[in-house]
Amino acid sequence: MRSARFPILPRRVAAALALFIAAMVALPFFVDSYIVSVLVVVLFAAYFGQAWNIVTGFAGQLSLGHALYVGLGAYASAALFVRYGVPPWLGMFAGMALAALAGSVIAALSFRFRVGGVYFALLTIAFAEFTRILFDHFDWVGATSGLFLPVSNRASIDLLRLRGSPVMFYYCLLALTLGALALSRHLLDRRIGYYWQAIREDQEAAQALGIDVFRYKVAAMALSAAMTSVGGTFLAFYDNNLYPDTVFAVGRSIEIITAPIIGGLGTLFGPILGAFVLTALGEAMTSLTGSFAVSGLKQWSYGVALLLIVALQPAGLWPWLRARLGLGAVRR
Amino acid sequence: MSVPPLLEVRGLSKRFRGLQAVDSVSFAVPKGGIVALIGPNGAGKTTTFNLIAGVFAPDSGSVVLDGAEITGRRPDQACRAGIGRTFQVVKPFGALTVLENVMVGAFKATADSTAARHAALEILERLGLGDKAGIVANSLTLPERKKLETARALATQPKILLLDEVMAGLRPTEIDAMVRTFAALSREMGLAILLTEHVMRAVMALSHHIVVLHHGQKICEGTPEQVSRDPRVLECYLGSAPTAATGSG
Repeated sequence: MRSARFPILPRRVAAALALFIAAMVALPFFVDSYIVSVLVVVLFAAYFGQAWNIVTGFAGQLSLGHALYVGLGAYASAALFVRYGVPPWLGMFAGMALAALAGSVIAALSFRFRVGGVYFALLTIAFAEFTRILFDHFDWVGATSGLFLPVSNRASIDLLRLRGSPVMFYYCLLALTLGALALSRHLLDRRIGYYWQAIREDQEAAQALGIDVFRYKVAAMALSAAMTSVGGTFLAFYDNNLYPDTVFAVGRSIEIITAPIIGGLGTLFGPILGAFVLTALGEAMTSLTGSFAVSGLKQWSYGVALLLIVALQPAGLWPWLRARLGLGAVRR
Repeated sequence: MSVPPLLEVRGLSKRFRGLQAVDSVSFAVPKGGIVALIGPNGAGKTTTFNLIAGVFAPDSGSVVLDGAEITGRRPDQACRAGIGRTFQVVKPFGALTVLENVMVGAFKATADSTAARHAALEILERLGLGDKAGIVANSLTLPERKKLETARALATQPKILLLDEVMAGLRPTEIDAMVRTFAALSREMGLAILLTEHVMRAVMALSHHIVVLHHGQKICEGTPEQVSRDPRVLECYLGSAPTAATGSG
């Protein structure tokens, strides 16, 4: 198609996106609190997926340890709030700085010593696990007994200190997800986005075209880590309790990558679509678990969903859906 | 008074394990000049390219581009110094469109997406890939991928273009068209070209000067006429006469 030459959002995609945003803004007025809480889970998955998509989907460097950055964002902002009363909107910057630093160090160490592919992925797991164990012994943030935020009246809304109802979190996360979408789109249309994709497709060719691949890979990791940590801040203030073994869990890292893979790795809308599909599936399975008394159905369903996608639509659901909707001109 | 050459390679050597891939090779490419590096398979042509483009650092010798020493620089640094290269085994950015592939190269000269897009389209038109701009690179044919390699390298606005067998697989009429394109690029933009090629039709039509490598060593150089008459060249291409003492196959 001719319009593929110029990656501007075609009118139909723009219209669909506007409709989606309007629906998401209006939704809490029409649904009950259970649905809102499920949508919060969807938006967390979408946002974390978008952040991870930067380093793995765009730049092609497989990170399997993104729970590390969730944890750094969560612990930094929560500890500053509990200990010194620093509002999370400030605390999240501490988390971002820490996560960006950790991401840069891990990426720089790996890529400097030419650790790539599977070995890079293993290293990201190792650092996340290592940090989890470190936090198990980190008394200042409660170690294994956990760090707790003062639980507030969920009916009132204190946006500054992020104390309030799930609806407040819903809107915060919706804004965050849309912000991440806008940022991703912006980056893909700039030099850095082209360079990341070039590195993902063929590192040697990218280098021959003048790209300092080390620098761009580290930048992707730092940005992805910082974005992930912001989600971690909201997670801390939503959950109100933090344990190293759940915050830094390998399972969380895996959950983060599942939605974008199902939705479409490296695509703009894949992580969001994947988050909806996966969370709906998970909720359905959880309710089935109640009626059938079979445990672990949710995890099973995630596994089956992943298998089906890898076998039938390896590019993900979004590229497939896009073609079905007649939006074939947009490749991302 | 002779002008200093654009690219000067002096005593370049590289050893891989037991194999002396390139053995003190020297040659020069003048500004706007077209030089061919020929020789049988395994002669060290691609290794020489890789040494110039920074894929490996040479064991000894130097590479000077436009007065600046670039020996042992990384490939991206060599590119920024003005070396554009293609790969013999093509390396397209498969999931990106043809246009986006070339834009990646064009971003060396500009950070602006629109400017990069225009520059890329211009190069695609020039190489006859204009109508493929919106197609994903993975769906190109091999000759088209070879052209894409060239387009991407050209987009970096190199001082010298290193072409590693870009004519392989092209039909004779396409070869003639490519030869015309490169000759025009060299003439109009003062672009220097260093090429390796097995397609002799292209080598003879295009190059001003030919360097012949055999077993990593330069065995002779000169104009196409001189080289094609040189007995050492005939020997290494066609095999040695029964009287000559040689153990090589």
